Amino acid sequence: MTAPVANLIPFDVEAVRAEFPILKETVHGKPLAFLDTAASAQKPRAVIEAEKDLYEHYYANIHRGVYKFSQDATEAYENSRVAIARFINAAKPLECLFVRGATEGINLVAQTWGRVNIKAGDEILLTEMEHHSNIVPWQILAEEKGAVVKAVPIHDDGSLDMDAYRAMLGSGRVKILGAAHISNSIGTQNPVKEMIRLAHDAGAVVLIDGCQAAPHLKIDVQDLDADFYAFSAHKMYGPTGIGVIYGKERLLDAMPPWQGGGDMIKTVTFAGTTFNDLPYKFEAGTPHIAGGIAFKPAIEFIERIGHDAIHAHEADLLEYATRQLGSLNSVRLIGTAPEKGALVSFVMDMAHPHDIGTILDRQGIAVRAGHHCAQPVMDRFGIPGTVRASFGVYTTRDEIDRLVAGLNKVMDIFG
Amino acid sequence: MTSETTTLDDVLDTFEFLDDWDERYKFIIDLGRRLPPLAASEMTDDFKVRGCQSQVWLIPERDADGRIRFRGDSDAHIVKGLVALMLLIYNDKTPEEILAVDARGLLERLGLASHLSPQRANGLFSMVERIRTIAGAAASA
Repeated sequence: MTAPVANLIPFDVEAVRAEFPILKETVHGKPLAFLDTAASAQKPRAVIEAEKDLYEHYYANIHRGVYKFSQDATEAYENSRVAIARFINAAKPLECLFVRGATEGINLVAQTWGRVNIKAGDEILLTEMEHHSNIVPWQILAEEKGAVVKAVPIHDDGSLDMDAYRAMLGSGRVKILGAAHISNSIGTQNPVKEMIRLAHDAGAVVLIDGCQAAPHLKIDVQDLDADFYAFSAHKMYGPTGIGVIYGKERLLDAMPPWQGGGDMIKTVTFAGTTFNDLPYKFEAGTPHIAGGIAFKPAIEFIERIGHDAIHAHEADLLEYATRQLGSLNSVRLIGTAPEKGALVSFVMDMAHPHDIGTILDRQGIAVRAGHHCAQPVMDRFGIPGTVRASFGVYTTRDEIDRLVAGLNKVMDIFG
Repeated sequence: MTSETTTLDDVLDTFEFLDDWDERYKFIIDLGRRLPPLAASEMTDDFKVRGCQSQVWLIPERDADGRIRFRGDSDAHIVKGLVALMLLIYNDKTPEEILAVDARGLLERLGLASHLSPQRANGLFSMVERIRTIAGAAASA
């Protein structure tokens, strides 16, 4: 391993943009400035072509047919799993379960691992910055089992209160920690490796919501020692409707199946059923074949650009956006933790986030406005929501300049 | 256009003269700013209009003639302007008159018809639905 030399890696953002057909679109007569990549990323041509290629040339159901198309499609689908395992450094591909997305992955863990491991009085520890997808599945489980959901507080800058975290682990009743690697609403990057170590010392299992991290950081689930790690393809320049829940083989083996149906069984009689091996035990029914197959070119796209280059590019955008928005008196940034993902969240006293988002939309600038499915963190800061501009490989400084100009228009209209 | 007695016709006339989208938004925002705010105690779940991403409240009141007058508010300026527009369209009408209003036709004249779909985040569709539901219940009562 050589040390990262991020600043020496040539990064041609225009060449990257040329791979994304949608970026040539105009909105309300203005060139599109797409600053909502944290909600869902746009797709490079290789991803679009992979789905088209399947449907035009070798589509068939997988894991069933003895004929060529079925075998070809099965091989492409399983090759995708192998690429994903390599991408996150899973010990084995069978530890990567295909699901609809991170939300389904977290629900799967709550409903299977949780069903057999959580009892009355147990504590499920989350953080105050979690997405609803990493709160509600645990609340449903806690309700069923008589367990308690607690949230680790965050500091005013949006970073996690690690002292409070250590103290809460000290109860001795925490069975699982669910934590975002990077917050979708305020961008905080949590020290998950340290958090996992502390949780394990306290006897707890850890699920990391990696949705916002997987498109931006090199993920190594073995180095992190994560027990479960969830992410969605559509945030990684891949197709919608497919994602992965990684789980350690030992844990997945011990978990009961979730949904019953085809693919997840070995033998079925009315007297009883024996379940299939990993990963199929958790993959009932015909899956999102095209999504699974087109996930691979998305991963290869990220690998081809390279994590170091992506990180350098996005860190520059984050620094630039923070500086430019910080120079506007009426803009207040929410989430200024030292370690952040590539997004800025902010409010303006003169207008509601939806007002700001609407005026920006008229100028061809797409941002997210609202609570970002993270109402507890909005409550923490006493605001109804924020405007969030989030960046990806194709984002340019010019687009951030347009955001700033757009906000000047907001000030003109509402000021 | 800043008098307290703006009518729907005034709005329709003015809109025809406003070419720029930002002038139109400013006009709608101004309509909202002149709407008397609801008291915090009135902003209850009962009066909240579901389906709007920002918060919207509509409170119906009926006079002795059976006409319905709505008061409304929102925490977002543009949406509050749309609330004001809804009140201009629907206020002081009988339930039957409310149900006979061609909301789509009016919004088309304002160039806002595209906002009248259930998927739009501004909640215009939900506001119209709520007003029509209230009028429908009053008409059949």
